[in-house]
Amino acid sequence: MEVLEQGIGKLFTDPDADKAREFFRKKSRRMENKLMTLKDAIAKYVHDGDYLAIGGFGAIRTPIAACHEIVRQGRKKLAFCGHTSTHDFQILAAGKCFNRVDIAYIIGLEARGLSAVARKYMESGEVEVTEWTNYCLSARMKAAAMGVSFVPIRNIMGTDTFKYSGAKKIKCPFTGQYYVLMPALYPDVSVIHVHEADIYGNSRIRGITISDLDLARASKHLIITAERIVSTETFRNEPTYTSIPFYLADAVCEVPFGSYPGNMPYEYFSDEEHLREWLHTEKDAEAFEQFLEENIYSCETHFDYIRKNGGIEKMWKLRAKELMVNNDTE
Amino acid sequence: MADYSAMEMMICSAARELEDGSTVGVGTGAPCAAAMLAQKTGSPNLTIMFEAGGIAPLLPEMPISVGDSRTTWKAVMASGMCEIMETACRGMLDYTFLGGAQIDMYGNLNSTRIGDDHQKPKVRFPGSGGANDFGSFAWRMMVMTPQDAKRFVERVSYITTPGWLEGGNSRAKSGLPLNAGPYKIITNMAVMDFEPESKRMRIISINHGYSEKDVLDNCGFELLKAPKISETSPPADEELRILRDEVDPLKLVIGR
Repeated sequence: MEVLEQGIGKLFTDPDADKAREFFRKKSRRMENKLMTLKDAIAKYVHDGDYLAIGGFGAIRTPIAACHEIVRQGRKKLAFCGHTSTHDFQILAAGKCFNRVDIAYIIGLEARGLSAVARKYMESGEVEVTEWTNYCLSARMKAAAMGVSFVPIRNIMGTDTFKYSGAKKIKCPFTGQYYVLMPALYPDVSVIHVHEADIYGNSRIRGITISDLDLARASKHLIITAERIVSTETFRNEPTYTSIPFYLADAVCEVPFGSYPGNMPYEYFSDEEHLREWLHTEKDAEAFEQFLEENIYSCETHFDYIRKNGGIEKMWKLRAKELMVNNDTE
Repeated sequence: MADYSAMEMMICSAARELEDGSTVGVGTGAPCAAAMLAQKTGSPNLTIMFEAGGIAPLLPEMPISVGDSRTTWKAVMASGMCEIMETACRGMLDYTFLGGAQIDMYGNLNSTRIGDDHQKPKVRFPGSGGANDFGSFAWRMMVMTPQDAKRFVERVSYITTPGWLEGGNSRAKSGLPLNAGPYKIITNMAVMDFEPESKRMRIISINHGYSEKDVLDNCGFELLKAPKISETSPPADEELRILRDEVDPLKLVIGR
């Protein structure tokens, strides 16, 4: 197959399927207890220079507690997968944790506006970027999950998104139609927030899965953060509902409200007031430094952060908002 | 005639474009309002899809994110990105609405950057997200945007999402799926389509209160004109009532 055109963007990961197989050959398949604290999981599996991907999408089911912990532990020089990455991107940009980004959607918080800090960092020239689209990144994860080094898709041709990507254009040997090849994306480590997990890493996701089923399978190491730890019987009784099987996971952390201030489907809605506070405070460098100290650096766990932002009462209100019930008795 | 804002006008125009029984991929804001209004007026069997995976929700209110819980409220399926984009690539997504910081005469969109140094741009925007995907695959891509000469430029400085590329048959030659592309551009001043041969943007109707000169003066390139330019039908009282009372009672979009 002849390459007709190719993007000038750099690949931050190796798409080689045999090298990935060699890695997965050595990955444990034991059904063993992987419960640990989030602090230990980040310390053990997220290293400076790693390629990191975050599950969820646009502050929905994103592992925010894990992002805080990565910033707290001062990880640097990560490569990052910006697949509609909103509040998670904002947090990691505040910590200047990454210096390479595969971009589909960054900086913005969708209808809420743009992050001033993330934007400034991306305009500084300190971050190396390669352009993609959301579907490109999904397809790249899908290729890795399939155990192949690329998949062909039909978008981005003729655009600058292709020019600045790491994709290649070819002609189909069957039909003569053109395709762009998406190189497999095998992240060194991913964090996915789920509704329920057991101590081995079997996990259930409710609501949209976005690209997380492929991401879980594509990742060399996978940290699961869960709203709740449940018994393995829960999975064995209803195996239809398992989203992620245990052998994909390296660590399991119980982090209730782990997506706060984002939205966790069927559990709690996003805290729009607090997200606005983030966007607003970012505009004043000194105030933002204090804000980060208060909300991230001085917190030991996600519970501390939640306590500082309205505690269980706030969570209760966000739960009512999520379920669209009125719990206002005042 | 009823009193209405430019945003309400655009939403009503857009809603009328969505044929009953079709599918539409939407983002947050005005496009979502247009799709919801269409469902409550002429197109009750319009299926709304969100790129993150929500299929056919009964939207109880405006979503904040294209993946938030409202996008699957009483939906028929909570799927994922590949499900939606593969459906679009197979040819089952009829419409989408997109936007950008810049749009050119062929409907190409820029939502990535201003300035030539890609690694150190003068202004960095969020990027494609799912826009290039929907714009590549949906049969008919539409844009709802306020119109001014800074946004409507001769050539976008960066093509994030394909319009008709260089015009003519350049899009077909690029390898993108055939016969799909920009369809209508709906602004506060007018509605534009694309001349079938050159694929250049042209005026087809002008909104009440604006002149042809207004439309031309607020565009950074030479707009073509359809053989007959009409006045865009203004919003009907019933459309406005539904939009204000049922679609966006909190004025999240129409209040802008």
